[in-house]
Order: sequence, then C-alpha cells, then structure tokens
Amino acid sequence: MQDFAQEFSLALRLILTGDPDLWEIVLLSLQVSLTAVVIAAAIAMPLGAALAVLRFPGRRAVIVLINALMGLPPVVVGLLVYLSLSRSGPLGVLQLLYTPTAMIIAQVLLVAPIITALTRQTVETLDAEYAEQLRSLGVSRLASVPTLLWDGRLALLTALLAGFGRAIAEVGAVIMVGGNINHVTRVMTTTIALETSKGNLALALALGTILIALAITVTAAVSALVERGEGAEVRHA
Amino acid sequence: MTRPWFHVPLGALAVTVSLAGAALAADSFIVVQSTTSTANSGLLDAILPEFTEQSGIEVRVVAVGTGQAIKNATNGDGDVLLVHAKPAEEKFVADGWGVQRFDVMYNDFVLVGPSADPAGVKGGSDIVAALQAVAKSESVFASRGDDSGTHKAELRHWGNADIDVKAASGGWYRETGSGMGATLNAAAGMGAYVLSDRATWISFGNKDGMEILVEGDDKLFNQYGVILVNPEKHPSVKAVEGQTFINWLIGPDGQAAIADFKLDGQQLFFPNAE
Amino acid sequence: MRDFAPDMAMTFQAEGLRVGRNGVTLLNVDHLAIDGPGPTLILGPNGAGKSLLLRCLHGLVAPDAGRVLVDGAPCAEALRTRQAMVFQRPVLLRRSVQGNLDFVLRRRGVPRADRPARIAALLAEGGLAQKARQPARSLSGGEAQRLAILRAMATDPEVLFLDEPTSALDPSATQAIEALILDASRRGIRIVMVTHDIGQARRLGQDVVLMHGGRVVEHAPAARFFEAPETPIARRFLAGALVI
Repeated sequence: MQDFAQEFSLALRLILTGDPDLWEIVLLSLQVSLTAVVIAAAIAMPLGAALAVLRFPGRRAVIVLINALMGLPPVVVGLLVYLSLSRSGPLGVLQLLYTPTAMIIAQVLLVAPIITALTRQTVETLDAEYAEQLRSLGVSRLASVPTLLWDGRLALLTALLAGFGRAIAEVGAVIMVGGNINHVTRVMTTTIALETSKGNLALALALGTILIALAITVTAAVSALVERGEGAEVRHA
Repeated sequence: MTRPWFHVPLGALAVTVSLAGAALAADSFIVVQSTTSTANSGLLDAILPEFTEQSGIEVRVVAVGTGQAIKNATNGDGDVLLVHAKPAEEKFVADGWGVQRFDVMYNDFVLVGPSADPAGVKGGSDIVAALQAVAKSESVFASRGDDSGTHKAELRHWGNADIDVKAASGGWYRETGSGMGATLNAAAGMGAYVLSDRATWISFGNKDGMEILVEGDDKLFNQYGVILVNPEKHPSVKAVEGQTFINWLIGPDGQAAIADFKLDGQQLFFPNAE
Repeated sequence: MRDFAPDMAMTFQAEGLRVGRNGVTLLNVDHLAIDGPGPTLILGPNGAGKSLLLRCLHGLVAPDAGRVLVDGAPCAEALRTRQAMVFQRPVLLRRSVQGNLDFVLRRRGVPRADRPARIAALLAEGGLAQKARQPARSLSGGEAQRLAILRAMATDPEVLFLDEPTSALDPSATQAIEALILDASRRGIRIVMVTHDIGQARRLGQDVVLMHGGRVVEHAPAARFFEAPETPIARRFLAGALVI
C-alpha cells in the first residue's frame, strides 16, 4: 500500500496550491456545519437547561428520548428530511431539497439532541450545587437558567464542539438531502465518499486528512477565544 | 502560502450568515437525476459546461443508482432523468411520470475479476457461459444489489444462465448494496468477480490486481436514455429548460461532446440518438 | 455585656412546624420565637434537625404543617430579598471573586457605576482585596467561606442565616469567619447560626436553641444555658456525652 505516503504529499499539495474547488468545498462544509451548530444550540441549550431545572409529568421520558436521539443514524435523519422536503413531501413547495439549507436542517436534527442532552446533564449537575444558594438569593427556577448556562460555559463549549464534530463528519444525511451536487452541495464528507467510490483512495485519504485538520483548527480557535474571554468575565457576570 | 488558512474560520462565520447563498447563485438551473456511471466517469463534468455556456442553464447532477434516480424523479425531485435501464425507463414513461424517452448513448458492460481467474473465464466473450463457470467454481462474485441499472442487467444474465443467485447470497454471491465504485472496491478487497459498466471501470482508480476478463458479448450492450419528468405530474418541473437540455444532448452538439469525451485515450460512451 | 442590640431586626416565629420524609418525622417544633437581641445559635448533635429548621425559617424548605411568621406575618417570597444564607460548603459561582459579588449587587439593582466601590469595600472588609480577579473556586476553604459571607452581606440583609459555616475550617480560618459574623451582628443584622461546636456557641451566642430528634429541647439565653442547663439532654450534650 503506497496510499499513506501518497496521501500526505497529495494533501499537502492540495493545501499549498490553494485549489479553488477544494476551498469551495471546505468553506461550504464550514458554512453548513457551523450554521447547523449555531441553530441547534439556540434551540437545544434553553431546552436542555429547562429540562434540568423544571419538573413536569413525563420529564423522565423526555430525557430518555433525547438521550436515545443522540444516537440517531444520519441515514434515517437524511431519509426523514428527504421525505419532508421532496416535491412530493409536505414541505416540497419550499424547494429546499438539494440546497445547503436542506443539509443544515438535517445536521440541526442530528446535533440538537447531543447539545440538549449534554446541556441537560451539565446544568443539572451544576443546579444540584447551586439550587439552594440561588433560591436564597431570590433567583427563581427559570431565572436561574442564564446563570447556570453561563457558569457551565466550559462544559457547554465541549457540548457545542461535540455537536460540531458530529455535523462536520457526517455523510449519510447530507448526501441524501444535498445530492452531492458539484459547486452547490458538495462538502468534504460527500467528496470523500465520491472519491472513494471512484477508487481514488489516496485523494480520499488526503481529503480526510484535511477534514481532520479543519476540525482541529475550529476546536482550537474556539478554545482560544474562550480562554481569552475568561479575562473579561466580570463584564458578563 | 499558509495565509489563507488563517482566514478560514472567520470567513466561514461571515458566509454562515447567508444560509443558502450558493443555492441562490444561479437563477436558471435544472436538476438531473442520473447514475454514478455518467457522473463518476467524468462524462457530465466534461460536457455540461458547453451546454451551460450555450444556454445559460446550470445543470445540477444528483448521481445515484438507476433505481433510486427513477424513484427520486417519480417524487418530482428532478427535472430530467438520465439512466440506463430501458425496461424501467419505459415503465416510468408508461406510468405517466415521464414525457418521452430518447436514446442518448451506449457503452457496454464488462466482467471484471481477479487476474488469477479461479473460474477460468478469461478471454471469453459469452457472459452467460462465464457466469455459469463462476457459479460452478463457486468463485466469489460481488453484486451491486441496489436495484441499479447495472444490477438489473446482471440479474438478467444470471436468469439466462439459469442460476439462482438468491440461494448463494451470503455464500459466494455477495450483494454490497452500494454504488459501482464501492462495489468495485469491495471486489478488489475480496478478489471477486464483478459486472461493471466499462466507463466506471476505466475511470476507476483502485484496479489493484483486477482486469477485464469477459467482454464483447452483444448481451452486454448498455443503453442510456434521457426522459423529461412529466410537468403534468409535478408542476414544479422546469419543462422548458429540461427539454432544452434533452434537445441539446440528443442533438449534434451534445452527441459530438459525448463522442469527444475520452479517458486515457479511450472513448467511454458512444452517442446513438436517433 | 456585649453591645448587640438589634431591636429593629427581623423577628421569627415558628408555629407547629412539621417536616417528614418517608414516614419519619425530621422536624417537630411546636413553638419557637427568635426575637431577642444578639446572635441565636442553634445547637445539637448530628441529625437533630438544625439545618432543616434553619431552611424552614429562611423559606428554602416548605414545612408539611405549621408556619413561620416573619415580623409577625406569614413569610412571603419577597421577604427573602431581606434575608441571606451561608451554607456549610460555600457555593461560589464559577466566576472571579469580584464577579461573585457583582452578581449579587446587580441583582439588588445597584447601578453599574456604583458596584466597583461597593465590591472594593466588601473585599477589604473580608481581607480578599488582593484576590479580586482570581477565579473564586481557586480560593482556600477559609477564603471561600469569607467570600460567601461577604456575598451574603452584599445583599444588605436584615438577617443572616449560617449553616455550620466553619465546620470544615482550621482554627485561624474559623476565627476570621467569627469576626465577620460578630461584625455583622454589631451592625444590627440578626444572626441565626447552626453549629455543633459548643465552644463556638459560647463565643458567639447570646441566645441558644438546643435541638434533639427534630425537637427544640431547650431555648434560653446563652449565659443561663451554659451555666445551668435545665434538661437532662442539655446536660448530657454539654458534657459531650450526646453524640446522636
């Protein structure tokens, strides 16, 4: 197997030559997955925190359900989104199938349960410690949510990055609802799948290397931003 | 030149704001449901820019197996169908999902297998006899198993050879349930025989100890057809643009473009529109 | 005679308080009035119901029966803004030392511009001025509890509840905490504090409540309680013979 040796020189060459097709794919991957994570977080964090602090009938069942949804197979999500967005589906008139928006929708569905479940767990652990103290300070259950989210920010960041990791690495759903259309919906993972099916294993592996580098870059950038933000924390307190 | 890397996260965040920016870029486009053989071989990448330049219509290709392409088109998720399973295509039109079927081009199927050739079929030109030899020696055979055009053709040949592959499934007969490329990769890994369209085989990069063993049988003929999805069934179909594409494809310019497409000096598809 | 004289301080009256869990009665207080001057120390062995009583008085635990009157009226949720509590293990927010104080001041509606001066004054009082920007959770046990008390004081409370605030601290840290508590008391803040440390009760208490088995066994001025306990349980407790 000369693939590994080839792969590295190929990955380097692709990066160094600044291949425009590659950059388009990389940017679309980031655009789709970051948007999906931001949207998912906006839904999942308040939801997870509410699940942690509120008590209502059926709460246990909801938590079990969301924990189970963390393992949702991407292909199933892809199928559900495809059937919804298909011309023959209930949302067909929106004309979203085979667009980046469709891919974002699929990734939101994949990522939201992860962020919800991890947020719920983080906030619940923190709440066990904070609940009496916050109540003593006159903070109501719901009003304590922003405090709990802020104080759990480091763990929640890990939840966001876990969500991003799932989104950027996922192929089954985006290839179904995006169609892997060149210059429109082709992202890193679908390109890797395509090159593998063409038997271009070294190129596929090179792209995989770039995808990993991308994930590391995003993770490091976010972590660095947060560490710098810690200095100014009193402003947000 | 590491500088562009620096801009990636910030640039992406900026682009993130415009959700479907890329989707809105072209004002006139059609979606073609097609097969992996036409897309992965590079044919469509090679000929479509010429059409787009002439017509101003962008062609977005969704490359899946013929079975799924027909299903997607039936759902209205495409304007044009470009596949290779004539009976299924004719049924698609007869059921009212398509307007009319046109022949576009052909190539042929080949039986690919390990150079060691345990079934001893090398050099033959009778696909039925070759498959009988494979079955008799119980040599491993990798099938698409995905209701694609190639899969349908393969099953037809097994039928002619009077061999019940269902009984051997999981034994020497292995259904990958995947596209042509993935199945070729699997065959390379297992040292299996496999039926492939010639275009995908020629453009395949991981041949790894495999070669064409049987070719040239008339029964291995592989016809491609193109159909406009019926706008009466799906009003969203861009009938004018779709028909413009079909007319170009079966017209002199499109046919010439198909004939001109070569890989390693070999012509992969042969235009034969009426 | 020390100079604690919070005539104006908030008073508490518990009537017929009952709290049970799984059929076991944990708290059973027919009548208890906390309205005298000086700190009230709630004493008793482990499991006596001291912390539970404190939580009922503060309103953190709703009793199964009975009620708590604050200044003669049933306790409304809004009253809690005039009360503060410090817990056995300080619950510090995951922010800087000054961030913890800022959180409370902002909730109290102190204008942003006025907060830095208030924070500086509080930190100076607790000897934490040098640590203002440190993460609160990096403080030592004694410092953390001091910050918890300062944070409670930042709410301008009329009453300060303390639940064994020094139980995990060494003697010098304990001394610093006790100084803060006495200081608060001198400023007219009512102190209601749980401890199992008899020496601490002697040092701080003007008023002593002894609990055992969920009941108030004896409630007396500190001097009288320590010199001439009336009940056998109190005598055994002071002799160190009552463990549970």
